[in-house]
Amino acid sequence: MIMLTEYLILAALLFGLGIAGVIINRKNIIVLLMSIELMLLAVNTNFVAFSYFLHNLAGQIFVFFILTVAAAEAAIGLAILVVLYRKRGSIEVEAMDRLRG
Amino acid sequence: MILHLIFYAFATIAVFSALMVITARHPIRSVLSLVVTFFAMASIWMLLHAEFLSLILLLVYVGAVMTLFLFVVMMLASEREKEVGGFVRYWPFCIVSMILLIGIVTLSLAPAYFGLTSIEPQAFLANDSNTQQLGVLLYTDYAYPFEIAGVVLLAAIIASIALTHRPPHERRSQRISEQIAANPATRLRLVKSIQPSKQGENK
Repeated sequence: MIMLTEYLILAALLFGLGIAGVIINRKNIIVLLMSIELMLLAVNTNFVAFSYFLHNLAGQIFVFFILTVAAAEAAIGLAILVVLYRKRGSIEVEAMDRLRG
Repeated sequence: MILHLIFYAFATIAVFSALMVITARHPIRSVLSLVVTFFAMASIWMLLHAEFLSLILLLVYVGAVMTLFLFVVMMLASEREKEVGGFVRYWPFCIVSMILLIGIVTLSLAPAYFGLTSIEPQAFLANDSNTQQLGVLLYTDYAYPFEIAGVVLLAAIIASIALTHRPPHERRSQRISEQIAANPATRLRLVKSIQPSKQGENK
């Protein structure tokens, strides 16, 4: 029988890799969005694992809604990215200083 | 034992392909590695008896969202992106923070707190249908959030179309107002015809 600890540590590893992707990525916004997807996947794995071990299906319902919102987020994010590329001709993260942030 | 073997095989695949996602030089490789990660994690969800969500992850995520990513990468990623490769600067900071984070999480998730003695999964019956249970819950207790999720998706559709739609600029399209406003004077021009005899001479 696999312990809950193992699932949670696997999810923590994936989440850490997602955060690392956000931190070290300085060239491409698409990879940034993919790191966010990775973090969402880790969080969803936590939900599914707890739902299995606590005998409660509410966790899986929550994952269902997270998947919905993540799909919407990816669609809008990529649409913004396409518009940005048309305007600027580049999707590098370091070139994004239009708002002087 | 066999479950452990399956779990560790898929966990290793997932972690290594996740590593590939953030270190690959070309975005196409990142997308494909992310697809591999999703496949491995779907198998692990299958081990957790979440069959419906596991298949949804494959169908919706790998089938639709990752395809969308792939299309955008193919449309946008130029050759220039390859030579930049600027993740050297934040490398040490990143390594330290990751080791800290994963170390702390691993300590707090020790088997003493979440081991099999303290928390144990339910024994599953042979005719347990995960999809049926989820559906019953989704259409009774969570019917209202379910409809809100539909509205969120509708908003996403409208937003992405409104963002990327371009007005007819170089496309051939019908201009109905001009068609209605047309009269014989704008369409028909009378010119003096060339003499038939001259045409014959030209030949």
